Amino acid sequence: MTATAARTWRPPSPWGRPWVGPVVWTAIIAFLVWNVASLQVDPARIARGFSRFGTVAAKAFPPSFERFGILATGVWESIEMATLSTLFGVLLGIPVAVLAARNVVPLPVYAGGRLVITLARTFHELIVAIIFVKAVGFGPLAGTLTLTLNSLGFFSKLLAEQIETIDRGQIEAIRATGASRAKVLIYGVLPQVLPRIVGLTIYQWDIHLRQSTIIGIVGAGGIGATLYNAFARYDYDFALAILLVIVAIVLVGEAVSAIARKRVQ
Amino acid sequence: MSTAPPPRAWRRYTPAQTVIHTAARVALAAITIWMLARLGVTWEYVADAPSQVADLLGRMFPPEWSFIGALVDPLVQTINIATLGTAIAVVLAIPIAFLAARNTTPNRATYGLGRLVMVVSRSVDTLIWALIFIIVVGPGSLAGVLAVAVRSIGFVSKLFAEGIEEIDAGQVEAVAATGASRGQTLLYAIVPQVRPVFTGVCIYRWDINVRESTVLGIVGAGGLGFALNEAILGLEWSRVGLILVVVLGVVVISEAVSAFLRKRVT
Amino acid sequence: MLEVSGLDKRYPTGDHALRSVSFTIDGADAVFVIGPSGAGKSTLLRCVNRLVEPDRGTVRLDDLDITALAGKALRDARRRMGMIFQEFNLVERLTVMENVLSGRLGYVSLWQAWRRRFPPDDIEAAFVTLRRVGLEGFENKRADELSGGQRQRVGIARALVQRPRILLVDEPTSSLDPRTSEAVMALIVGLAAEDDIPALVNIHDVPLARAFARRIIGLRDGLVVYDGPVAQADAAVLERIYGGAILAETERSGSGPL
Ligand SMILES: Nc1ncnc2c1ncn2[C@@H]1O[C@H](COP(=O)(O)OP(=O)(O)OP(=O)(O)O)[C@@H](O)[C@H]1O
Ligand SMILES: [Mg+2]
Repeated sequence: MTATAARTWRPPSPWGRPWVGPVVWTAIIAFLVWNVASLQVDPARIARGFSRFGTVAAKAFPPSFERFGILATGVWESIEMATLSTLFGVLLGIPVAVLAARNVVPLPVYAGGRLVITLARTFHELIVAIIFVKAVGFGPLAGTLTLTLNSLGFFSKLLAEQIETIDRGQIEAIRATGASRAKVLIYGVLPQVLPRIVGLTIYQWDIHLRQSTIIGIVGAGGIGATLYNAFARYDYDFALAILLVIVAIVLVGEAVSAIARKRVQ
Repeated sequence: MSTAPPPRAWRRYTPAQTVIHTAARVALAAITIWMLARLGVTWEYVADAPSQVADLLGRMFPPEWSFIGALVDPLVQTINIATLGTAIAVVLAIPIAFLAARNTTPNRATYGLGRLVMVVSRSVDTLIWALIFIIVVGPGSLAGVLAVAVRSIGFVSKLFAEGIEEIDAGQVEAVAATGASRGQTLLYAIVPQVRPVFTGVCIYRWDINVRESTVLGIVGAGGLGFALNEAILGLEWSRVGLILVVVLGVVVISEAVSAFLRKRVT
Repeated sequence: MLEVSGLDKRYPTGDHALRSVSFTIDGADAVFVIGPSGAGKSTLLRCVNRLVEPDRGTVRLDDLDITALAGKALRDARRRMGMIFQEFNLVERLTVMENVLSGRLGYVSLWQAWRRRFPPDDIEAAFVTLRRVGLEGFENKRADELSGGQRQRVGIARALVQRPRILLVDEPTSSLDPRTSEAVMALIVGLAAEDDIPALVNIHDVPLARAFARRIIGLRDGLVVYDGPVAQADAAVLERIYGGAILAETERSGSGPL
């Protein structure tokens, strides 16, 4: 009997065939390299960037809160836009969510509901804001409408998913009493999703608060316009002040939302 | 003959509760009306809005299909900004996630540092990051890539850190008990456990970034948004219509790709 | 030879898990540590390879003072102790082979570990060990595809492939059904004897301990209350270790004190 040569072992390839992995990784890396190359970053540009950063940073520090009035108005407008749009968004979003829940409506209605959600989700709020600014003019109304529409993509989608996971038995029990569809919704569905609606509403407000700080860039109200103008006028110290305030309200909004959501659960 | 007992009343809420609920509703309505009043609605514009929108849609559609050739480059740029931005973010997010996960961070200071990076990155929107980077590196794709990367670091590292915190400590302990070094324990016990989460998060964020990249050009950071802005400024509405159609297509496709890939990895 | 002396451990939570525990294992016999839940069995085992840091006392393995080591030296010492866990603690998303080879991690570089390039001898040893635990042909299955008994066999293979000087075994059968438990315990004791190494085995199941042990260490509230041959561990001794409750337990499982 001859001694068998030491056996070899290679880990099985997660891609099925051993050559696929290297090919995939090479392709990804090649793509990224081409990507970087197409950015045309050269040392001179980097050097210029750093020196410009130095100049801008010097102008930005210390942040200037001199025009506090303008700042406060913008922030308050953002908060108003976020709050109103959340309210309207929820009022419109609940019916849309019901229409987009497969287990409570017939298929054609469901398809319609999903279509509304998909359309509302697809376009970035900035694009939607541009359209609304054209429709109703500059100002917070356009922003409020933008964010309201946005709710149909976020709030309604998550609520519809929630409705789809509710307990069928409870619905059947109500239906068995002879209740109409609407009554089934009120007695069988709503109680099951109500805590979730509250949680999602708060979450949606948090997100709208963030979005309300940027849609001003295209004229849809809020602190974003103030920030954009400060950048455009090279008022970097004012811009920094606005940035700090934005970070602060986003953090406060997130904290408030987290605490409130914990309490409703 | 006995008299029937008086009909008993049943109310879901006590009178006090009813009062509180009503008061809350009234307050909410009052706040809403007050805020609405402050919106400064110009009713002539609002009344005019439906015809404005109809007019706009009429100009946008049918879109100017012949313009599609000029959109190939911005489209590629949009995808590139999203992809490269995500890739850079992931590379930077991995060490930050290990610092910001309670079970892998070396000490309280490093944990705080990790959390700080996350918060700063996440609390500023991609578009605002883009405005900042445009000042530093000038308008164009580079600013877009940097903005997407910086904004994504916080998001990605937050979800990575949550994945790391969920790993089974027993598996780590078992590998350490064989005499493996820290690095080897990382490779053999931690990496296999967090890999599916990491992959899923990367794909998810890429999908989000594609959508964000479609508008970065509006502030000058490259991609389809740039073409959109030019078309709007030039009042070329049929081109705007076409760009919107392309944006719709890109976003829907990237979402489908992302959903498909994420289903594969888990 | 394993020499434990004066081992003391108090967790930051205040639990005094070990109180001056001392014993010596000479030769290649399996020594079984029994005791009620919370007695400190797991803590004892983890102090031996320093997964848990003892407050006082020393652990010596073949004249090497393990309690004095740190860093690389400690990792080198751990290579010489194979550990088997109650919950198997396999890396579930890795293959059986990768899990077994992780027992050789202490001997390869980080690069080799990453590329899965283990020396041919290690791979051969892994194949041989898989065969010894009855898992021939399982090398490319993922660990999470295995049954509990199979997983523990992989855990045993991972420990054995280290070519350890001692096995540290923490309740290897608590997650298994009675028949599989017996088979797994027989495997551990048998393979340790074949390799001529001792094993320190924590166990809940007194009848199972009786079936396989010669020497028993009884632990209660962190104190060694019995250390001697299994034959002399009568009802009074069990009473001392477990305090009353054990009598009902042994009766239920049908095998009275030997
Ligand atoms: N990581 C820890 N932190 C704090 N206290 C611990 C820790 N691990 C164990 N203890 C405590 O130390 C004591 C001994 O625990 P140990 O796990 O060693 O017991 P055991 O004999 O293995 O029990 P079991 O049979 O249930 O596994 C217990 O009081 C336990 O609560
Ligand atoms: Mg234990």
